Amino acid sequence: MNTIAETRTKSLLYLENVSVSFDGFKALNSLSFVVEPGELRAIIGPNGAGKTTMMDIITGKTRPDTGTVLFEDQIDLTKKDEADIAQLGIGRKFQKPTVFESHTVWDNLELALNRDRGVFATLFYTLSPEDKARIEEILETIRLTHRKDELAANLSHGQKQWLEIGMLLAQEPKLLLVDEPVAGMTDAETIETAELLKEIAKTRSVVVVEHDMGFIRDLGVKVTCLAEGSVLAEGSIDFVSNDPKVIENYLGR
Amino acid sequence: MITGFILRALEGKIVIAVAILLGVAILVPALNLLALPDSALHIPTYLMALMGKYLCYALLALALDLVWGYCGILSLGHGAFFALGGYAMGMYLMRQIGSRGVYGNPILPDFMVFLNWKELPWFWYGFDWFAFATVMVLFVPGLLAFVFGWFAFRSRVNGVYLSIITQAMTYALMLAFFRNDMGFGGNNGLTDFKDIIGFPVQADGTRAVLFAMSAIMLALCLVIASAIVRSKFGKVLVGVRDAESRVRFLGFRVENIKLFTFVVSAMMAGVAGALFVPQVGIINPGEFAPANSIEVVVWTAVGGRGTLIGPIIGAVLVNAGKSFFTGAFPEFWLYALGGLFIAVTLFLPRGIVGTIQHGFKARQALKAAAEAEKGRGDEETVARAVQAAE
Repeated sequence: MNTIAETRTKSLLYLENVSVSFDGFKALNSLSFVVEPGELRAIIGPNGAGKTTMMDIITGKTRPDTGTVLFEDQIDLTKKDEADIAQLGIGRKFQKPTVFESHTVWDNLELALNRDRGVFATLFYTLSPEDKARIEEILETIRLTHRKDELAANLSHGQKQWLEIGMLLAQEPKLLLVDEPVAGMTDAETIETAELLKEIAKTRSVVVVEHDMGFIRDLGVKVTCLAEGSVLAEGSIDFVSNDPKVIENYLGR
Repeated sequence: MITGFILRALEGKIVIAVAILLGVAILVPALNLLALPDSALHIPTYLMALMGKYLCYALLALALDLVWGYCGILSLGHGAFFALGGYAMGMYLMRQIGSRGVYGNPILPDFMVFLNWKELPWFWYGFDWFAFATVMVLFVPGLLAFVFGWFAFRSRVNGVYLSIITQAMTYALMLAFFRNDMGFGGNNGLTDFKDIIGFPVQADGTRAVLFAMSAIMLALCLVIASAIVRSKFGKVLVGVRDAESRVRFLGFRVENIKLFTFVVSAMMAGVAGALFVPQVGIINPGEFAPANSIEVVVWTAVGGRGTLIGPIIGAVLVNAGKSFFTGAFPEFWLYALGGLFIAVTLFLPRGIVGTIQHGFKARQALKAAAEAEKGRGDEETVARAVQAAE
């Protein structure tokens, strides 16, 4: 018990014995999982292992049946909704790139900026020099400066993924959840995305769900393998990929 | 801050539309009152009243465009807010009749005397004052929209389900207002108006002012709507329309965004109804009919949703068509309306204004492509142009 209490005091995200079932199907089965501040973590696992459900629970889209979900040791995420949790500092990137296609790249970032999101604050908002500088900085990071005035609909698939990552950066989250960021990307884009995520993880915690083992090897971080709603193995990529249970459940299939 | 908000609204097209509306507000009453009746420029009073009615419908369509075109809420019950605004104004006009009613009762309106009521129901108090009625014109539709939206948006009712509930809402109100016990004149509604702020409703001068007010309120609401959609809030609104969950995960309270827009839109619809009633001289429960609300959707779709100006044009054109058809070939109007809706859905899915805007953008893109071919642009401009043209 002592060790759990210790990890808990310094954790950014803390899940303990989280279970949820949909129509009798146990999507998560007493899952426990801890992310420390500044950590970059990769999550792998077969389809239906509960990866997306876990993200749904952390971001408030789904409520767990039982279990504890704490952010920064004390904030109970199971009592909050999506908007609250986003404002607390948890950003989420969807599996399918979700950007505002009828807005320009610039407007997409402006909307994501971490400013007062109330009705009247947004009605009377004017772009300040700091906000402008911040958006330009993000545009540089995601390599989209030359396309800033174009509609997001006209971007390529990979560029949409980056724009969404840029929107998450603009949100200035403490924890970033990224669902399959390199799905559908070319090899060159995949390598660049790995660099981008490593860069981002220098200033915040990042959790990446991915199927692409090469990409995870590029990241070179601690890996958690989920299966049937609970943690199967945790450790370095070599440790996890040599675990017989992981091979049987995921890699060997 | 506020000036920035308003200045942002005044983009090219909006300025032109506002200028035209203000021009109409002056010119039409002037031609009605000042031009000699036999001159070619004279606008007869019946025609001015008809055009005033179109302007009220245009304001209703503009209100719907704010929630449907920008926020993606397809309300099939906007006629209810229009009718409520109309009833608020109608109640004021009823109080102005005083003892000039058929029964000559100094306190009670005719229909209450007829129903053998002894005293004025509490909810009629205050409607003797124009200022109170004006506040109610905004407050009642706004309150209904607030309560309705509070529950609907908080429980995340979306899409077709929301449309069906809005339709049910206006239908329920229609049934309620048909009942005599409601105290709003039942089946017959409110009519036989005499005065508005001391001026006879039927007089040419009063009608001219009412017409001008309709055009001015439409221009004002157009500026407000444009200021809303061009602010950061408006960008969030379009975000809600296109990718609601993304907006939520960015930390915005989608329910509040929808609620604000829905209430503003309902108030605009209420103003439209309040201007409509003194010009047509009657308000009855028929205004709550579900078909009315659906017609508003047709006007908006024809003009082009999400363009603000489109719905105004759509409302005026469709209603002018309706006046023409019901005069010339009364039996064909419903076929024409149905045919129009099918034609717009098939051939002009963006509506009139939407198609023009899109065509304009595509032409610009082609021009850029042509320039690039001459060697003055780079490959990327061409790619971009082609993409935009598609």
